[in-house]
Amino acid sequence: MGARLIIKGGLVVDPSQKLESARDLFIEDGRISKKFSPEGAEVFDAKGCWVVPGLVDMHVHLREPGREGEETIATGTAAAAAGGVTCVLAMPNTEPPVDNTALLGFLQAKARTEATVGVVFAAAATLGQKGEQLTEIRRLKDLGAGAISDDGRPIMDSELMRRALEHCRDAGLLLIDHAEDLNLSSGFAMNEGAASAAKGLRGAPWPAETVHVLRDIALCELTGAPVHIAHISCSQSVEAIRQAKRQGLPISAEAAPHHFTLIDADIPGYDANYKMNPPLRAKSDREAILEGLSDGTIDAIATDHAPHGLGKKALGLALAPCGVIGLETSLALSLQLVAKKIISRKRLVELMSCAPARLLGLKSKGSLKPGSDADVTLIDANAGWTVPTKFISKSSNSPFVGMKLKGRAKATIVAGRVVHAL
Amino acid sequence: MSSSEIETILDAAASFKKSKAPKDLAGRFLAFLFSEPSTRTRTSFEVAARNLSAEVLGFSTASSSLLKGESLLDTIKNLEAMGVEYFVVRNEVSGVLEPLAGQTSASLINAGDGAHEHPTQALLDIFTLREKKGAIKGLKVVIVGDIAHSRVARSNIHGLTKLGAKVTVCGPRALVPSGIEKLGASVSHDLDNALQGADAVNVLRLQLERQEQNLVTSLPDYYQSFGLTPERLAKVPDCVVLHPGPMNRGVEISSEVADGPQSAILEQVANGVLVRMAVLSLIQQWRTHGR
Ligand SMILES: [Zn+2]
Repeated sequence: MGARLIIKGGLVVDPSQKLESARDLFIEDGRISKKFSPEGAEVFDAKGCWVVPGLVDMHVHLREPGREGEETIATGTAAAAAGGVTCVLAMPNTEPPVDNTALLGFLQAKARTEATVGVVFAAAATLGQKGEQLTEIRRLKDLGAGAISDDGRPIMDSELMRRALEHCRDAGLLLIDHAEDLNLSSGFAMNEGAASAAKGLRGAPWPAETVHVLRDIALCELTGAPVHIAHISCSQSVEAIRQAKRQGLPISAEAAPHHFTLIDADIPGYDANYKMNPPLRAKSDREAILEGLSDGTIDAIATDHAPHGLGKKALGLALAPCGVIGLETSLALSLQLVAKKIISRKRLVELMSCAPARLLGLKSKGSLKPGSDADVTLIDANAGWTVPTKFISKSSNSPFVGMKLKGRAKATIVAGRVVHAL
Repeated sequence: MSSSEIETILDAAASFKKSKAPKDLAGRFLAFLFSEPSTRTRTSFEVAARNLSAEVLGFSTASSSLLKGESLLDTIKNLEAMGVEYFVVRNEVSGVLEPLAGQTSASLINAGDGAHEHPTQALLDIFTLREKKGAIKGLKVVIVGDIAHSRVARSNIHGLTKLGAKVTVCGPRALVPSGIEKLGASVSHDLDNALQGADAVNVLRLQLERQEQNLVTSLPDYYQSFGLTPERLAKVPDCVVLHPGPMNRGVEISSEVADGPQSAILEQVANGVLVRMAVLSLIQQWRTHGR
């Protein structure tokens, strides 16, 4: 008999079993177990907490290899653990990009010894993410790639996108598209609108995203391959996906906490900690995302955690690179939606755990059914805290520094091991 | 900047017109950090600084090492350590001064940042208008041209609306950013319409590369719709013509208009020195006595 753990006295919320009730959770040998006798078992007190399937963040940049000064597998997954996230999908736009089995295998081996939480690696769609030649999609899948994506370097060539989708369908891998028409968005520093007009900065208009979302929907219909739209930001994209889902197309989408919390008018001066791609949009876009999260148009909440060093962000809004970190604030920002009754408790768990696990085909995650991986997040929905200036992440480029939030991960359990506890 | 601060600067500039310049900046160092070439603004600032007896550091800075915000701060800190108190900064990046301001106790004077602001240009435009029209309140001012890329337009909108003028920005749709009306200007895409009843028109320079970017189709096409021609101006005989320079004659303005009786373009240039003297001297007073 192996290690046994009882998580006692919490409110178990597990949409995969349509469950929301006070009960104990039993863990044995790294898996969720049926009830067993408490004798000799370790007990973790979960009184006052929600006990939910471990959060899965399907859009994270760990920066390894190439930019270890800003984040590593070790620091990024430690940040994930602190944020209640038990599994991340690491995006492949590293330096060099993860576009071959050798690098994928190397990173997987590294993650096995260095990662605090589960890491699934996405592989690039094209060699060098150059948008020219497809990667070995089938072999990458066989080695354990979690998805295919040229995130950060959108696939502009629609014919190439079509072929990528066909190969992904053959291999049974999800294609995650960063939807952006690079001509429409060229040189942008923020959203196009009154705020960019006032600051004298080049804005990206909403069609820069929606044009590619509409293209992807058409190619999804043509190929029958599932398409996942990353970090959706505009109301028009939300509506397009809503319509496509009504038609029964296998399309899905994720939204990032910064897009459902902030808008372009919130950017103070030229603060580059508010710069990301896609940019913070208008008030109506934020409202559309909230609606999409609530009505099921948007499937998942994902951070697009994108660490950048201090020096780069000090360049200001015009020159700094895009991206903000999010792993340590995502849960709390999402809990605000529950507090405001925009989404239910169950919907939160669906968005942050069940759906991303399902989309990535992680069958033993996103559920607390006996036999599932013992990845569990304990949420204290009432804990008040202020986002600190220093993060567990190696970087601190967050627009939420100093914000007072309510609710956080009281404990994070990965494969039956407590990797974070307050 | 509040309306009373603007008035203070304009009044100071007016006083320099009448009396001899004080030696306000005697023994103090001023450096230029220009990442874009600008003979006009730079010379105007230099004359203003010398009139106030400042020590002007005339090293050339149009180098790529200044393009990045970090090295700009490094440069400022180094020169500050040598005793330079004033920096006149011109940079092609919008907002480049903002992150620097809290990190130096030297005075940074914005001589144009990207498409964001060019405060002294707007101040001299407003000063010239005030001289010509007596007061700014109630004036109707049209700004015509490449609004999207113009720091002159933004600074003029801020200054003029604060002093009670009505501002209309006018240009082709590709050069007028949506949302600019939130700054308090009304928007027009028809110059003849916009000019009706105008007390002044500020004609912006059209960068010739806008054609390559397809933001204008051709220069003659642009001139036909948005060029300030004698025919257009004839309908508003009391309208003062301003241009921040340098002009593209025959592109955004006809030579006849530029050199004609309604033009105040050379007066702008002369007033530019006075306004910049006023800015430098007031900063010196604020540095020593507080605001
Ligand atoms: Zn992306």
